[in-house]
Amino acid sequence: MGQVIAAATEHGHDDGHHHHKETFVTKYIFSTDHKMIAKQYLITGLIMGAIGILMSVLMRMQIANPEQPNVIFEALLGKWAPGGVMDPNIYLALVTIHGTIMVFFVLTAGLSGTFSNFLIPLQIGARDMASGFLNMVSYWLFFLSSAIMISSLFVELGPAAAGWTIYPPLSAVAKAMPGSGMGMTLWLVSMAIFIASSLLGSLNYVVTVINMRTKGMSMTRLPLTIWAFFVTAIIGVVSFPVLFAAALLLIMDRSFGTSFFLSDIYIKGEVLAHQGGSPVLFEHLFWFLGHPEVYIVLLPALGITSEIIATNSRKPIFGYRAMVASILAIAFLSTIVWGHHMFVSGMNPFLGSVFTFTTLLIAIPSAVKAFNYITTLWKGNLQLNPAMLFSIGLVSTFITGGLTGIILGDSTLDINVHDTYFVVAHFHLVMGISALYGLFAGVYHWFPKMFNKMMNKNLGYAHFWLTAIGAYGVFFPMHFIGMAGLPRRYYTNTNFPYFDDLADTNQLITYFAIATALAQLIFVYNFVKSIFYGKKAPANPWKSNTLEWTTGDKHIHGNWDGPIPHVHRWAYDYSKVNDNGEYVIPGQDYTPQHIPLQDGEEEMNH
Amino acid sequence: MTAFLIILIAALFVIALWQISKIVQLGKSPEANGADGEIANDADNDRQGKFMLYFVIAMYVMMIACFIGYQDYFLPDAASAHGSEYDSLLLLTTVVIMIVQFLTQALLHWFSYKYRGRKGQKALFYADNDRLEFIWTAIPVVVLAGLILWGLFSWNDIMDVDKHEDPLVVEVYAYQFGWKVRYSGSDNTLGDANVRFIEGANVLGIDPTDADGKDDMVATELHLPVNRPVVFNFRSQDVLHSAYMPHFRAQMNVVPGMVTKFSFTPTVTSEDYKSTEFMTEKVSKINEIRRQKSKELEAAGDVALDPYEFEYYLLCNKICGASHYNMQMKIVVESEEDYNKWLETQTTFETTLANAEN
Repeated sequence: MGQVIAAATEHGHDDGHHHHKETFVTKYIFSTDHKMIAKQYLITGLIMGAIGILMSVLMRMQIANPEQPNVIFEALLGKWAPGGVMDPNIYLALVTIHGTIMVFFVLTAGLSGTFSNFLIPLQIGARDMASGFLNMVSYWLFFLSSAIMISSLFVELGPAAAGWTIYPPLSAVAKAMPGSGMGMTLWLVSMAIFIASSLLGSLNYVVTVINMRTKGMSMTRLPLTIWAFFVTAIIGVVSFPVLFAAALLLIMDRSFGTSFFLSDIYIKGEVLAHQGGSPVLFEHLFWFLGHPEVYIVLLPALGITSEIIATNSRKPIFGYRAMVASILAIAFLSTIVWGHHMFVSGMNPFLGSVFTFTTLLIAIPSAVKAFNYITTLWKGNLQLNPAMLFSIGLVSTFITGGLTGIILGDSTLDINVHDTYFVVAHFHLVMGISALYGLFAGVYHWFPKMFNKMMNKNLGYAHFWLTAIGAYGVFFPMHFIGMAGLPRRYYTNTNFPYFDDLADTNQLITYFAIATALAQLIFVYNFVKSIFYGKKAPANPWKSNTLEWTTGDKHIHGNWDGPIPHVHRWAYDYSKVNDNGEYVIPGQDYTPQHIPLQDGEEEMNH
Repeated sequence: MTAFLIILIAALFVIALWQISKIVQLGKSPEANGADGEIANDADNDRQGKFMLYFVIAMYVMMIACFIGYQDYFLPDAASAHGSEYDSLLLLTTVVIMIVQFLTQALLHWFSYKYRGRKGQKALFYADNDRLEFIWTAIPVVVLAGLILWGLFSWNDIMDVDKHEDPLVVEVYAYQFGWKVRYSGSDNTLGDANVRFIEGANVLGIDPTDADGKDDMVATELHLPVNRPVVFNFRSQDVLHSAYMPHFRAQMNVVPGMVTKFSFTPTVTSEDYKSTEFMTEKVSKINEIRRQKSKELEAAGDVALDPYEFEYYLLCNKICGASHYNMQMKIVVESEEDYNKWLETQTTFETTLANAEN
């Protein structure tokens, strides 16, 4: 360890003084600088996010006014909306691609890709990732998979439409639906490349955190952001290969006549030759990734929130060790709860009992995290910056969405709410909205570091409040239509008069969804405008303790112009006082990590 | 109710917009020229902290409004034997989580308001408290343990399909995009079946050589005698489907290549269920909506909607293709006599085959 740091430091001296000559291509396109790669991830993720959100708005418009002609459908969907009326197949395609894009391309790559890349080297005191080259490859594979996913929207018979869970046989048999032809092939190819990208990224994060911490940065002094990214990367490395295996077997079933997931199928007047496979096997493989994926999405958001809440409360995060333990517990439990997506899949009911048990266990570390956030606010001196508002918002939606998980995780109760809108409301609040809040919080907080500019705070406030009102407006009433037994993924509910009285609520939800989507334009405007015209950021605008704020405002490959700072304390010495009641550094309520212990100061034995 | 909510939302949006314009005005004040202008100052903290308080109050109003306004969205009392147990567990769980929701959201937003930043205010350096941590680890453990235990006992009970003596054995058969039912006939045993036997009139692929299958009867409606346990065998011919019978608190995926099972005892006949106070009110409300809609449709030259009468239904709840949204089957629960009478009108598989040959 010592050697690595010594070597890195020497290299750093070199790097700092005789800077590489960089061309436009090496600086902005095939960059190996983690900060540039982070920005590439962020901007690609935001563009994918805009597409994903637009798709959800189209779906909501269809649900609010089912089978009614709409000029927007006609303009955007073309042949898929003859006369402006949305086709049922494209509705399912929107459902599928919206889910895929939001889960993988926005909340995995856009969130974890951006902030793991950006913050890991900066916060642990490293000049770059362990391998800048692999990091670059990781981004460009992600870009390629995004491009393939988007291109699948334009194929003759439409994109994949079997739901983001792509359960076979629907996804395997081209005769079952139009989207299961070329569209599904492209989906699988895109995801296979995405997984390769994600694995390269994750391995890099793990190696970097283990090997490249600066002197004094012990694991127990790591900011919680890094803990979250580190553990997220480990979960990714453990679970993504299983999805890859599932995708590979599915490709075999589709194209090479194997029968891993298919058996006894009669479709369009013909019996297929497949014999002996089981779709339930696919469900197991899929959810072995699919559930940890929820935490791959959520943990980085929680890590970001921990950092932002502590900084803006001017208080140490409450229960650092408990927070780390919770992250580890969540990570471990997340790999043994996948069966709660399959209570009524036809698997042995005994397995259902086991998965209920493990699932409700995961509520415990989650509850500990929520309580610790609330206690961190208690008796603080809250600086309510936009990033802080989004972090508080995250805790709020995490609680609201998490609590309904107690209903869904209970195998008995799941019987009657499985695959209804109750589930949709639950997971959108707990992982969708919460993770998006984490993403926004991160952008508002680290924008000054990324672009050396400040974002406009008032537009930030407007963005937060409209989003906060809209998000609850969309997803709180949605629980109730789910309780009525309304199934998800229905193109229209008009074939069931029993659901006629839910139509008003569905329209209400759609209005909220449109308003909330429009509110995101405030963010886009603020983001783009601030990059070019924002006020120049001070070195440490939020008066934060972590190392990224010590680099100065020069944006160089290698991060620190001089030697890498050494670390002498944990990241949360906010408002720490000596025995005489005076701040450790008089007149300053924070003590950054690189400041040595002061006279008469006791080190926190956290 | 919805109108009220819309007004409430519109009001909130207007307030938000008004506040934004105010903020934008304030943002133009001279002190905002430097970069410090983009960092929250005392005035921002004060305003945003108050918004946090207003927000949580509005959230409480919304939650209460939803529970009151949408109370008839909740499914009526279960029409199956295990359903009342299900409903009690759901009620208890909902009460528990709403209590936690009210308390934690209150604390979160109250602290955000109460401790909003002020110049000179000193935050308390408070990093750890083992006792507190222990308490709020222990409380969820105890509460969840209770819920888990109850849930697991119910689950084991519900999912044990062999517990009944002399149940009615019924096959529910799914295909893109519809359902069929196969009754096992006088021997109460379903004949073997496989998609490879599908041919002509034998749409369910019953093995013509299996004697058990000769008296099987295929129907397009699910009729069940009241108070007799039913064991469902689910089979799919093409893709995954899910047989969801919300009023019986019953659901099971239908998987090609395997037989999945679920069992319950229907306890309320269709007639009795229709005439409950809840259902008559709900149906009249729905019919009022349909009448309004019909007026609009007729004005536009379209066909009016039929008035609605409640029937139990089974619907597909697993994405299965283009017409997934309209894959349903009527369920009728009736007295043993009516059921037998109906069953007599159905044709056995043997007769179906014989007719097909002629």
